[in-house]
Amino acid sequence: MFLAKIYITLKSTVNDPQGQTVHGGLKTLGYDSVESVRMGKYLEVKIQADERSGAEAQISEMCHKLLSNPVIEDFHFDLEELS
Amino acid sequence: MRFGIVVFPGTWSDGDCYHATKNVLGQDTNYLWYQESPKLSDRFDCIVLPGGFSYGDYLRAGSIARFSPIMSAVAGFASGGGLVIGICNGFQILCEAGLLPGVLMRNDHLQYRCQWSCLRVERSTTPFTSSCIPGQVLRIPISHGEGNYFADGPTIQALEERGQVAFRYSTTDGDVTPDANPNGSANNIAGITNRKGNVLGMMPHPERCCEELMGGTDGKLIFESIIRHGARTG
Amino acid sequence: MPVTKEILDEIALSEEEYHRIADGLDREPNAVELGMFGALWSEHCGYKHSRPLLRLFPSTSKRVLLPPGQENAGAVDIGDGLAVVFKIESHNHPSAVEPFQGAATGVGGIVRDILAMGARPIALLNSLRFGPLEEPGNRHFLNGVVEGISWYGNCIGVPDVGGEVSFSSSYSQNPLVNALCVGLIEKERLVSASVGSEGNILLLAGAETGRDGIHGASGLASRTFEDEREMRPTVQVGNPFLEKLLIEACLEVAASGCLEGMQDLGAAGLTSSAIEAAARGKAGIDLDISRVHRRDSGMDTYEVMLSESQERMLLVINPSHKAQVESIFQKWGIPCVEIGTVNKSGVARIYETARPAAQLPIDLLTNPPRYRLQGVKPREQVEMQRYPLGSLPLPSESPNQVLLKLLESPNVCSKEDVYRQYDQQVQTNTVATPGGDAAILRIKGSNKGIALCTDGNGRYCYLDPYKGGAIAVAEACRNISCTGAEPIALTDCLNFGNPEYPETYYQMEWCIRGMAKACRVLGVPVVSGNVSLYNETQGHAIYPTPIVGALGLFEDVRRHVGLGFQGPGHTVILLGASMMRGKARDLAGSEYIERLHNVVAGRPNIDLELERQVQELCRRAIRDGIVASAHDCSDGGLAVALAESCIAGGVGFSGDLKVGGRWDAALFGEAQSRIVVSLRPEDLSELTKLTAELDVPFVSLGRTTSNPVLTLGGLIDLPVKELEHAWKRGLGTPTTAQ
Repeated sequence: MFLAKIYITLKSTVNDPQGQTVHGGLKTLGYDSVESVRMGKYLEVKIQADERSGAEAQISEMCHKLLSNPVIEDFHFDLEELS
Repeated sequence: MRFGIVVFPGTWSDGDCYHATKNVLGQDTNYLWYQESPKLSDRFDCIVLPGGFSYGDYLRAGSIARFSPIMSAVAGFASGGGLVIGICNGFQILCEAGLLPGVLMRNDHLQYRCQWSCLRVERSTTPFTSSCIPGQVLRIPISHGEGNYFADGPTIQALEERGQVAFRYSTTDGDVTPDANPNGSANNIAGITNRKGNVLGMMPHPERCCEELMGGTDGKLIFESIIRHGARTG
Repeated sequence: MPVTKEILDEIALSEEEYHRIADGLDREPNAVELGMFGALWSEHCGYKHSRPLLRLFPSTSKRVLLPPGQENAGAVDIGDGLAVVFKIESHNHPSAVEPFQGAATGVGGIVRDILAMGARPIALLNSLRFGPLEEPGNRHFLNGVVEGISWYGNCIGVPDVGGEVSFSSSYSQNPLVNALCVGLIEKERLVSASVGSEGNILLLAGAETGRDGIHGASGLASRTFEDEREMRPTVQVGNPFLEKLLIEACLEVAASGCLEGMQDLGAAGLTSSAIEAAARGKAGIDLDISRVHRRDSGMDTYEVMLSESQERMLLVINPSHKAQVESIFQKWGIPCVEIGTVNKSGVARIYETARPAAQLPIDLLTNPPRYRLQGVKPREQVEMQRYPLGSLPLPSESPNQVLLKLLESPNVCSKEDVYRQYDQQVQTNTVATPGGDAAILRIKGSNKGIALCTDGNGRYCYLDPYKGGAIAVAEACRNISCTGAEPIALTDCLNFGNPEYPETYYQMEWCIRGMAKACRVLGVPVVSGNVSLYNETQGHAIYPTPIVGALGLFEDVRRHVGLGFQGPGHTVILLGASMMRGKARDLAGSEYIERLHNVVAGRPNIDLELERQVQELCRRAIRDGIVASAHDCSDGGLAVALAESCIAGGVGFSGDLKVGGRWDAALFGEAQSRIVVSLRPEDLSELTKLTAELDVPFVSLGRTTSNPVLTLGGLIDLPVKELEHAWKRGLGTPTTAQ
């Protein structure tokens, strides 16, 4: 069993209104040192697989197919083996 | 009766609330800009936090607006017993600000919903419902994506025991059923008051139904209740 | 030639056009300049193929305030010193690439067109076309588009009050997303999108400029979709929150009296915005691009000039007002910078700080070549028109079964699943919400009101572009007339395939001719519009689909009716026909023969003189309080219209008149110019007087009943509950959120 921690983020060139607005909110609260904010999604997916490589391939495929929107988003994930 | 209508960046029911209290009900009405922080009790009898998408509802609905300067003034006004009504996004802001318990989560079906809804009046002893009779069913539109009222078990229980639930989504006959619940709210809750009863939050939009031409006038009952309360106490 | 064919393809210019540019400049253009020509000479900005045809539309009336095409939207005088501003625009190609953001930014774009006139946006409508939901992928388009519209429109506080959604395999993979916005303004305060006179300065307000949608106008709007993946980095992401602030800030600036002109940044971004505004002022401009606030580092001049970042406006002011305008934008938290000045040169000079990046005559930039092609009647059209409709057998299904099938057809069924995701009532003007023939808004502070709808049947236009175009106009106006309002102006969005194919050009030309004819007969001008060409995937063009947005006016909005029967015991009359006799030719292009016989054939027809009389009668009967409901017969014919009026009114209907000829054509045929009205029996004599005066044929169909059952001519006998159930399940699984 593996646990994939998946991070989905907007591509760096894509506009992120939510991040910008949160940035503005932080500034009004006095956090002037904040350089920028980008918002994304975080998912945890548990998956049965014998080998790490098999789990990796499957997670990667599901990120491509469903979990991320390849038009505007990138993704990366960390894979942990669960005992 | 002096109404103050708060405008946050992204508020859009400000004009509708203004039209209802000023033009339809003939009350003294003024806008309040979110960056102001005046002593409200000198100038107003009721503060309205209108609907809209303050800060685009980004992050969480109401989460950024609650830190506006006007909100500390509103909190002070409420603690002094002033009437505060939060409608839709205003309800969300009151919850984020801790002036009302609980939170408004995303609708359980995940969609935005704009439609007429039926509300059963649970109490007519609040300043916001005194023109209604208990059990009366009001027809008032909803328009929101995050109106699914949630609080932990003990909080809900306390709300129910203290009679803080003002409105529940119901059928046209006043039956509180799962089918009548448009968003998954706990106990079909559509509106609650604080413990003292001077702060009301509700998801439906009473300002949208104060004239026959708009399809109904049940929303007027809520504003008329407020005015009646003002006349009694003022 | 120093540029390659690949580069020209990239910016969608032909070699001939390139030579024309070089000749006009008397030198080779540099890369920035070429990009600017590519954008401004695209079909989207330059109307190369469509402008000569658009001139065919009548565009004036005593209410029209501006010449067509002069400003961002048409403006119509509704009296009391008020003007209604409106326009429809397509966002088909961006929606095909990314449905959610494509549709969302489509809404944002049309709203800024209205805002640029200085008007407050008061309503949105959407006309949507998708492939059949049974085919894979189309539900993804439907869900994404509807959610995108909902997300953007709801956040900016402009109600979405109507429109239509329909389905046909011709739109598979190429959905049509046409958004219409309506604004209201005191007519003396209308703002021009012109740079005005020498000495004015240009301010850029709103979002930072990023690498969004570069080549949107020339690339997306001139190409088809095989290379969709490759184009993906150009997708724009909208920020409705910023748009809402931009609306309030720009309206505040407009109200301050500081404004000389205003223009939105849409297709081709700063290039088209600044150049078109300069052309309107017959002026020249100097722009310093280094001042443009940018989201991405390292953007070059080309990218800044052509970026299609959303939520940006160009404002023209006298420099003496600069501090005041800046303080308004500051109040709303919106960046605003001075980027240029206006002069008399007639030339656009673009600088990066002091370095010149482009220098082009505005005349040449804004006068692309116009192409008047020779169209050829598509062979398919000839064949389909000859199709012997009379040889179609009667269906094996009973009339009851056919009616239920049609009611649950996605083209006929209830669209509540869609429109309940849109805020329909914010601004508290909405008198009639979606679901009727047309939406109705009141005008606060007066008794007036307006009615709005969109319409356009691609099937009819495919079978007969001329008649189909005429029907699109007639039907839009009929929907308005069914509420009691008088149609006073139209806006149109012309969705076609590649006009360089003679067959497609033929369809476009004859659709426009048919529309123009109907406009003249019905006395309604076209005041604004948009053209979307190259709608095709893998060689298949969409049905020719002109979408007509109609605006109607009520002098007294309280005098309106809906489509639902208003209680039992009312007499039900069909206006526009004198008997119930089914003729095979009325099956042409009908929903019925497509659904039940899987055939799209025949030759739709319309008698425009009859149409005008029927509509006038309907309006007068409503205004005089004679009729209690009115509903036009369209998709699915008479039986469907009766069923819809029963469902909306919650009453039954009983009609025992004899049906002659083919029963399927009588019940489900789509003969035009027919309206079902209901009235109290005592008002019948008043109605017949009117029919005599206006020479309109009619037939009495029956009466409404408290028993909630629809019976008709011994053929239909169904409980209204069953009709309603079929009608409500048509879209299948409700669309789910992203």
